[in-house]
Amino acid sequence: MLILSAVLFFIGVFGFFTRRNLVSLLICTELMLNAVDINFAVFNAYCYPNMLEGYVFSLFGIGIAAAETAVAIAIIINVYRNVHSIHIKRLTNLKH
Amino acid sequence: MEYSILILILPLISFLLLALAGNRMPHKVAGTIGTLSLLAATVTAYIVAGSYFGAGRNADGVFAEVMPYCITWLPLNETLSIDMGILLSPISAMMLIVITTVSLMVHIYSLGYMKGERGFQRYYAFLSLFTFSMLGLVVATNIFQMYIFWELVGVSSYLLIGFYYTKPAAIAASKKAFIVTRYADLFFLIGILIYGYYAGTFSFTPQSSMLVAAGGMVPLALLLMFIGGAGKSAMFPLHIWLPDAMEGPTPVSALIHAATMVVAGVFLVGRMFPLFIEYAPDVLRIIAYTGAFTALYAAIVACVQTDIKRVLAFSTISQIAFMMVSLGVCTSADPHEGGLGYMASMFHLFTHAMFKGLLFLGAGSIIHAVHSNEKSRMGGLWRYMPITHITFLIACLAIAGIPPFSGFFSKDEILVACYNFSTPMGIFMSVVAGMTAFYMFRLYYLIFWGKSHYKEQLALYNSGNLDHEPHKPHEAPITMTLPLIILAAITCVAGFIPFGEYISSNGHAYTIHLNTAVATSSVLIAISGILIATIMYSRGNSHITRFVNIVMRGPIKAAMHRFYIDEVWLFFTKKVIFNCISRPIAWFDRHIIDGSLDLIAKLTQRFATIVRPLQSGNVQSYCIYFLSGALAIVLILLYMNDF
Repeated sequence: MLILSAVLFFIGVFGFFTRRNLVSLLICTELMLNAVDINFAVFNAYCYPNMLEGYVFSLFGIGIAAAETAVAIAIIINVYRNVHSIHIKRLTNLKH
Repeated sequence: MEYSILILILPLISFLLLALAGNRMPHKVAGTIGTLSLLAATVTAYIVAGSYFGAGRNADGVFAEVMPYCITWLPLNETLSIDMGILLSPISAMMLIVITTVSLMVHIYSLGYMKGERGFQRYYAFLSLFTFSMLGLVVATNIFQMYIFWELVGVSSYLLIGFYYTKPAAIAASKKAFIVTRYADLFFLIGILIYGYYAGTFSFTPQSSMLVAAGGMVPLALLLMFIGGAGKSAMFPLHIWLPDAMEGPTPVSALIHAATMVVAGVFLVGRMFPLFIEYAPDVLRIIAYTGAFTALYAAIVACVQTDIKRVLAFSTISQIAFMMVSLGVCTSADPHEGGLGYMASMFHLFTHAMFKGLLFLGAGSIIHAVHSNEKSRMGGLWRYMPITHITFLIACLAIAGIPPFSGFFSKDEILVACYNFSTPMGIFMSVVAGMTAFYMFRLYYLIFWGKSHYKEQLALYNSGNLDHEPHKPHEAPITMTLPLIILAAITCVAGFIPFGEYISSNGHAYTIHLNTAVATSSVLIAISGILIATIMYSRGNSHITRFVNIVMRGPIKAAMHRFYIDEVWLFFTKKVIFNCISRPIAWFDRHIIDGSLDLIAKLTQRFATIVRPLQSGNVQSYCIYFLSGALAIVLILLYMNDF
């Protein structure tokens, strides 16, 4: 399971660095978050079987991920309305 | 005596009111506020002085000093502190009367003189500020409080000289007055600090043990304080600012540059008199000789000036020098043996303030009538301005020392004090007194007698040689003539005040008695001065005047240029101070101090240019920096854990 989560995490990282589309970046972020959730669950199950904190934490993670997605989507929509693009190379108005 | 604080508070309130809200007031309201608040302060001052002298002498036979208010404002150590408060002594009570009276007259007079001027409210605000600071100066409880008000007086004088701030001459004059007096005040401050450091007190009347401990530093401190006083009182060679200060409105010249502020130096020496007489008689001699030279110098220059206010300015310098001489020739604190000069000086201060204020206000009325300061535009004015003529004549007789006007009595006391000191000094001052009579009556004849400029112009106009009708001189309005009449009345009777009963060098009552020999000779000298002026000037340009002008061409030209003292100062400041001190300092500032700061700024900028491209605006590159940083930290931690 840890291997699965590690693979999932690095797919996310790789995608985050190479994709140029904001929506793809958002998906990659979700992948990384989910990998972390899995980690929480796995470590809880194996290391502290009589405790619940890890599970609770992964539930938190899922909840926060949902909220974060909502905010991010809203941001992306607003960005698109303003610059008519969601290509990340075009969004460099904040440089020096 | 608690209400004495009102004397200070009323002008201060009026200043704040006029300065903050004056622009929204009509001229009449502003003038009324200023005048009424000063009227109230004047009444309070008279009551305070009356009850102070009315309370009588204490067991020692002197008027005790009263301190209704004294707050420790700034404690420096256990013994040394700067206090703020009110101190009443015979001379401060007298000064309260002088200042409030002349100031009230000037306030009333300005209602007419400054009518319709731009900045009328500002003018009254500054007048209130000046009155407040001058009153604070004379009631100061210690030398440091005096210094604070001393500087305030300087500032308000600067503001009032530069009142017509669109006139370049007025700006230059105000700057000159401020810088010259500031320069002298630097010595004053050093003197105060030396005094405070070595004697451990700022008090005017310290315990003698403290002064003994200070030893030889006391005369030095007193000398430095006198230099400060010489700057304010326009003693040679620091007199150069006073003639230029006449660029201000004429009532201001009457108040500040004739009656009150310029006698601050005399007041200072009078205030410190017990210390001078006991610890620094040599400094008193320096004061006497400086004063005698200044008196002669100013009298000579006054004989040839053509601007009437300049003549009055030099006569002021000369008269203040009389007061200084009178203080300087004191040899003991007992008025019966060598201490007469103190009383004479204060007496002359009092009478001079009244008649010199009168002369300046009269000059203002004349300037108001003919719209010029130059004597060539005047002449024959007695027909058009009867009140101004009579009051001006009274003041001229007073300053010339003709009985029964006040100036005779005070000047006579000064001359007696000088003769008591040494005969040459007495003769010298008598001659200067004769010159006073000469130049004052020269001025008087040139203004009121001789050919009328107006009539000449009118004749030209009637024969068609002048394209505009000349302006007919007219008597001033009642607001301006009333103060003239009041001051003239005071000048007539002030000589009969038994001044020595109230003020004398050791506080004990001293009965003034005229010294017949001195009085007769001084009156004779004054009359001969007047006669010479009559022969030379009463009928316009007589042959004798022309003859004298040709024979004395060189000296007259030098005197016209005030013996080139201004040029000497300019050479000293421009060539010596600018080139030897200011320029190297400026170079050091520009190249070393500014340069090092510039270097730091440039280095920062260079570095910023190098690191700026890192902020590319590309989110993914930021992520890579972040990730590599995080990895680096992890690796470092791992590496460190291995050890």
